[in-house]
Amino acid sequence: MNTTTQLLRFITAGSVDDGKSTLIGRLLHDSKSIFEDQFSAISKTSEKRGMAAVDLSLLTDGLQAEREQGITIDVAYRYFATPKRKFIIGDTPGHEQYTRNMVTAASTANLVVILIDARKGVLTQTRRHTYLASLVGVPHVVLAVNKMDMVDYSQARFDEIVAEYKAFAVQLNLHDVHCIPLSALNGDMVVDRGDSLDWYKGPALLELLERIEIDHDVNTSDFRFPVQWVCRPQSEEHHDFRGFAGRIEAGEVSVGDEVTILPSGRTTKVKEIVTYDGNLQTAFAPQSVTITLADEIDISRGDMIVKTDHLPPKVEKGFDAMLCWLSESPLDKNRKYLVKHTTRTAKCLFSNIDYRVDVNTLEQHANPTVNMNDIVRVGIKVQQPLVFDSYEIDRATGSFIVIDEATTLPHAGGGLGWG
Amino acid sequence: MKLAEKNMSAHTLSHLDTLESESIHIMREVAAECKNPALLFSGGKDSIVMLRLAEKAFRPAKFPFPLVHIDTEHNFPEVIACRDKLAADLGERLIVRSLEDSIKRGSIVIKDESKPRNPFQSVTLLETIAEFGFDACMGGARRDEEKARAKERIFSFRDEFGQWDPKNQRPELWDTYNTRVHNGENIRVFPISNWTEMDIWEYIGREKLFIPNIYFAHEREVIRRGGNVIPVSHLVQPKPGEKVEVVSVRFRTVGDMTCTAPVESTASTVDEIIEETATSRITERGATRMDDQTSDASMELRKKEGYF
Repeated sequence: MNTTTQLLRFITAGSVDDGKSTLIGRLLHDSKSIFEDQFSAISKTSEKRGMAAVDLSLLTDGLQAEREQGITIDVAYRYFATPKRKFIIGDTPGHEQYTRNMVTAASTANLVVILIDARKGVLTQTRRHTYLASLVGVPHVVLAVNKMDMVDYSQARFDEIVAEYKAFAVQLNLHDVHCIPLSALNGDMVVDRGDSLDWYKGPALLELLERIEIDHDVNTSDFRFPVQWVCRPQSEEHHDFRGFAGRIEAGEVSVGDEVTILPSGRTTKVKEIVTYDGNLQTAFAPQSVTITLADEIDISRGDMIVKTDHLPPKVEKGFDAMLCWLSESPLDKNRKYLVKHTTRTAKCLFSNIDYRVDVNTLEQHANPTVNMNDIVRVGIKVQQPLVFDSYEIDRATGSFIVIDEATTLPHAGGGLGWG
Repeated sequence: MKLAEKNMSAHTLSHLDTLESESIHIMREVAAECKNPALLFSGGKDSIVMLRLAEKAFRPAKFPFPLVHIDTEHNFPEVIACRDKLAADLGERLIVRSLEDSIKRGSIVIKDESKPRNPFQSVTLLETIAEFGFDACMGGARRDEEKARAKERIFSFRDEFGQWDPKNQRPELWDTYNTRVHNGENIRVFPISNWTEMDIWEYIGREKLFIPNIYFAHEREVIRRGGNVIPVSHLVQPKPGEKVEVVSVRFRTVGDMTCTAPVESTASTVDEIIEETATSRITERGATRMDDQTSDASMELRKKEGYF
């Protein structure tokens, strides 16, 4: 394993019984990432259940309740590596009642593999998951048309499904969609190409996962540095040290760069970029560093440092957003909630609820009641200004969560100024 | 275009740097948002990696939390010595609470001294959390270790009995972590959730971390019992008919002496261990943790009881 191996995070999504867990099992099995003790454990369980072949989906269903019911309730993470890349896979639940768990997994992924049963074609859950993936800003989509063995590996059937899916996806914010015909059960076009899909000339799934370009998944142009923690050692050796610790969410920064502190608008210069391994001349996203500045300026957690000559983010106390409501209790317009955006948390109110999106038809329904798993367009007023970018420009500085102060539960996640 | 591509690749983080930055970000969120956090530190390899990550997150300042160890008193002496040395070298505060304290208080009743003490760690951990009022405990658990852990969030919420409710976990979107809890509840935070056993060894090699010598191959008296290689100690003696052998072994995990089995190995350097890890066909805990082998859901059940 060389030290510059990149990390790719992806999830599998799609309807119940489209074979998500089987696909992951196949990927792990054919890339020789299943250990003997894991394989013998699932073989035993498969045998106990009277199955003819080993059920590879048992690899990711880790909870008692899941094995009992044979369904996936929550996302399970699996790890494997090839000589080209390291992978984190999130196996997400297909049932609608567990949508919030699917959103959890999608929010950190570079790529989503949407599975379709070739016999059934595009279903409600296919559309829902595609829409959610675009809502949380997953940059790459792979449409995996599974169970091709059940439709005689028909190219016409594949083309028909791809056409229907693309007609839907084109209306969303998805720029990079790849379509692959495969059979997870037989292993065609997963790791190996197999003999049955000769008409398909594109890459097999693993080859695509190894090759897809992800450098641009992080915004590389405009420097964004939300201050996480102020480092003040107050020791004899570092008496005057005052550093601003955080993770660079976008762009890069160098010593000497002129920077603006938001929301105050004060400007200064970068004095040092401090790390445990020595000071850096230049740092870039997503590195975690500590920055010291040339002037004494009042800066605390929640402030954002940006480059003065870069595109400025918005600094506002109100904004429009698309969000997915995740709580069992409906949205209450009369209540105050908390919004957490980068490192800033503030009280907020929903000033308007414009419409709910029907994920099947993309139709908008005005003045809705907002229940769990609904996707809505809202206006939010915040007690203090937020420093943000539009979600389309920057996933890290354009996303937020809503928290219920009373129950401490997170209630929603959304993207700013989007839709 | 050529030049732009070149610049881009210069700004690509390796998987290890990406994981490191993610872990630092998580630790800083805990430090900034939680009132009274702690870092669980056992002297094992994962928690030694956690210490280095904490140094990277907070130096030149001191850690904004103490180190806490829940000692079963059935730990390997080499590990305890390493724990004390590392805490002292860093000049950080180490709080040790022992299962013996809970036994004296009567909150733990041990019926069989030869049985693993790991399940009882939860009791002393919860008592320690109450004693100091910790609202967040960071631990070095990894999702690739075990199938219940593979399901857990990075910020894992526990009720006032320390219980994990795996069927009803909170959503966790992007890395915008919600750290709010009611009084009495607390959070377990796992900054190295996404690291694998291989990542840990590569990091130990890259950072030249000091780890207990029992992770490297050494000669040890063992007995073979139920498919496991078990180290002979004052707690584990051969039963009649069992033969004591001297074998070259190393530990892939270190825990309670009664339930941690070594693997046969001659790997005496980090590089050799990395090579062995790359070709191993058995999972880390599968080979070495007898307490995980008792049922399909041992870890899930322990976590529901408050285990980290």
